[in-house]
Amino acid sequence: MMLDAIRTLYILRPVWAVLLALFVGAGLIAVAGVNPLDAYQALFTGAFIDYYGLAGTLVKTSPILLAGLAVIIPLRAGLLNIGAEGQIYMGGLFSVLAALLLPAMPGFIHIPLCILAGALGGGLWGLIPGYLKAYRGINEVIITILLNFIAINIVSYVAGGPLMQEGAPYPYSNEIGEHLWLPWIMPGTDAHAGVVFALILAIATYLTFRFTTVGFALDTIGHNPQGARYAGIKVRRTLVITMFAAGAIGGLAGTFEVLGLKYRLYHLFSPGYGFDGIVVAFLALLNPILAPLSAFFLSGLKAGALVMQRAVGLETTVIEAIQGLVIIFVAASLAFTYNRSYWTAFLKRRRMLDDTLDELEANRAGRQP
Amino acid sequence: MANEYALEFDQITKLFGDFKALDKVSLHVLPGSIHAILGENGAGKTTLMNVLFGLYQPDGGRILINGTETVVRSPRQAMGLGMGMIHQHFMLVETLSVIENIVLGLPGQGMRLSLKEHVDRLSVLSDAFGFEIDPYAEIWKLPIGMRQRVEILKVLYRDADIVILDEPTSVLAPNEIANFLDGLKRLRDNGKTVIFITHKLEEVTEVADRITIMQHGTVTAEKAVSETNTREMARLMVGRDMVFEDLKKPKVKPGPVAVSVRDLRAHDDRDIEALKGVSFDLQSGEILGVAGVDGNGQRELAEVLTGLRRPSSGKVSVFGQDVSTLSVYDRRHKTHMSFVPEDRQQTGLVLDLPVVKNAMLRDFRSWPFSKHGILHMQNARDTATDWVKRYDIRLRSVDQHARFLSGGNQQKLIFAREVECAPRILVVMQPCKGLDVGAIDAVQRTILRERSRGTAVLYISTELEHILSVCDRIAVMCSGEITGIISPAEATSERVGALMGGISDADAA
Repeated sequence: MMLDAIRTLYILRPVWAVLLALFVGAGLIAVAGVNPLDAYQALFTGAFIDYYGLAGTLVKTSPILLAGLAVIIPLRAGLLNIGAEGQIYMGGLFSVLAALLLPAMPGFIHIPLCILAGALGGGLWGLIPGYLKAYRGINEVIITILLNFIAINIVSYVAGGPLMQEGAPYPYSNEIGEHLWLPWIMPGTDAHAGVVFALILAIATYLTFRFTTVGFALDTIGHNPQGARYAGIKVRRTLVITMFAAGAIGGLAGTFEVLGLKYRLYHLFSPGYGFDGIVVAFLALLNPILAPLSAFFLSGLKAGALVMQRAVGLETTVIEAIQGLVIIFVAASLAFTYNRSYWTAFLKRRRMLDDTLDELEANRAGRQP
Repeated sequence: MANEYALEFDQITKLFGDFKALDKVSLHVLPGSIHAILGENGAGKTTLMNVLFGLYQPDGGRILINGTETVVRSPRQAMGLGMGMIHQHFMLVETLSVIENIVLGLPGQGMRLSLKEHVDRLSVLSDAFGFEIDPYAEIWKLPIGMRQRVEILKVLYRDADIVILDEPTSVLAPNEIANFLDGLKRLRDNGKTVIFITHKLEEVTEVADRITIMQHGTVTAEKAVSETNTREMARLMVGRDMVFEDLKKPKVKPGPVAVSVRDLRAHDDRDIEALKGVSFDLQSGEILGVAGVDGNGQRELAEVLTGLRRPSSGKVSVFGQDVSTLSVYDRRHKTHMSFVPEDRQQTGLVLDLPVVKNAMLRDFRSWPFSKHGILHMQNARDTATDWVKRYDIRLRSVDQHARFLSGGNQQKLIFAREVECAPRILVVMQPCKGLDVGAIDAVQRTILRERSRGTAVLYISTELEHILSVCDRIAVMCSGEITGIISPAEATSERVGALMGGISDADAA
């Protein structure tokens, strides 16, 4: 009973970490000369309650959630994908190419083609580190980080060169056809169907890990690659496919930015969503079903920051600091693992103390008739 | 007479719980000699050296260094007393150079470091002992034999008079061994005392002056090498009157040849040839034991058979079909091979997954665990619960992580999984290592039941008694070769010891 309660406290540790980060953040806000309660109220109203604010949060949730999945899936198999950012850029690039260069066709064919192209672009960008890791033993962290810069610069080149709109003031491409725009989910706002798609993917990922042999194989590799090999799992091939899939999901994040929000290829179109994905993954404890929640929360912090700035005149840098605190506290909270035998022993000692006190009490009572 | 021995152990006893790792061990090492300590795995050789080096405190007995009784409390103190130990696994920083490794951790250096001075001192030293080496070479670029030389120089550089080497040749390639043994002789000729732990008889006869033979924590003999021969040493090493439990094996008529291995060669992880042309046949309904001291190619043999390691040449066929191209998965499912690996925690189980998932590990892609890629966890749970009952696996729940099972229960779980799939071939490696009597009994009964069912069993173990009591035939391995295949009746201690020490029947004749 008591043990279960303690265990639950442990399971909820990212929640405590977030609360603690907000508490420490309140100190920062107070130092900046604003009432923390006012600031947080503005932040959360602006992010989650106000109609347009909520829409703004959902717009950001789409890429951040997909990037989170792109980190979670390989991490379950033991690979750290720092390259979601690059995969987002390649996804955006490939989908724009499909949108602008393919011959005219109806939207219901063209949109899926653009999405597939985007997934392929991101997938290829995941395939490279996946192959190098599995067959050449090269550290995937370094490769994925470096590929980010390459992808970002390729997009800058394409958006500012071959695809640049004539007379554009800075690098962006022509607009894609209106028949390719993703439908909106909240009338009158920017919130588009990308977030729905991302949510479905999160659920599908969860089901895959929970109920299929593929998920079983990935978890086995992640926990013990040597044991996985012994069990007859083709470890290298699985790792390559996993990185391709993760890259493809990262690519979708970029694709939906283009098809749902920007309608063009801009240079530097992602403000680091790929890296937010890493935070999402850890905040969700690598559980895909918790990823939507953690992505929604993180997006809310970002979207609400602007509202807060307008409402109480607080610099958005404070929010960036608070995001940093969230990351640090969540990362630190993961170090606390539930140790059953420790807590069993602790509870037993407590009972023994109570028993001893009871005995003492009984003795005292006995001596004083 | 006080200084007759450079090192003397007097009735040293070391207990681990109730287990006597060392039982009144006495040892006398003459100064300026090469003293070999010979024994099987688990004879207590390494424990003895750890006592000497202050890593363990003895529970009884005395250690005398140059005639003075000494209590060694730490390796640092042991080094101060002029002892240097070279472990089986090198303790070198691979990215640093030779001289940097040698200077690393040297006491009394202060804030200033002049590598040049140290290089000069080192070259005097290496010239004196004939250990040529480039002091500026980085360790990772050096072959294993040279790295060992660095370890030895490291010890000499700290003015050690007694150099202790733990299984020094086990990591060396054959061509490096002769060189290494010459080095030992040069150490002796320069007045150093060398203690070296080994299980290889040829090396003892080649370089050692005196020898202490250990067995099950006791000393069976201590004598000058010139007064003995390999046959006697083998008998003293394996010794004991070979009392083994008669398990009352049911008579099983062996069936057709299940596994046929021909001239199999393979390299180990360090790219040294570990299997040098192994051939044997294994019949259905037969248990073929593979005996030998640890690290003589047994692991590589098991891995090649199960597809985990690629052979460099040779052929493995199963029921007449060449399986060389089959993957691990296909070997397990098409040829119905099961494997109980040596390392049950790192290989045989995924410790941080629940017991039920570990039960599925071998066959998670097949019914009843899954169908069309969808897991059927309820089936898995039922199966695992059934196994837990029938194999007497003690646990709280099948959702418990495998990590929290005791060694014996972990092994029972592995056996249940590898045997319940009705294999035709079962490869088991060190199945009883570290288990208590009850678990050993359960494991052996399971293996004998498989034999009755007609399974071909390859039983690889370093525990000779177990092999003798379970197996129908015994293949003895030494340095990657099978030195002989004998029946348990023929397995006298002298014969097995000689085979384990690398003296095949042909040589002895």
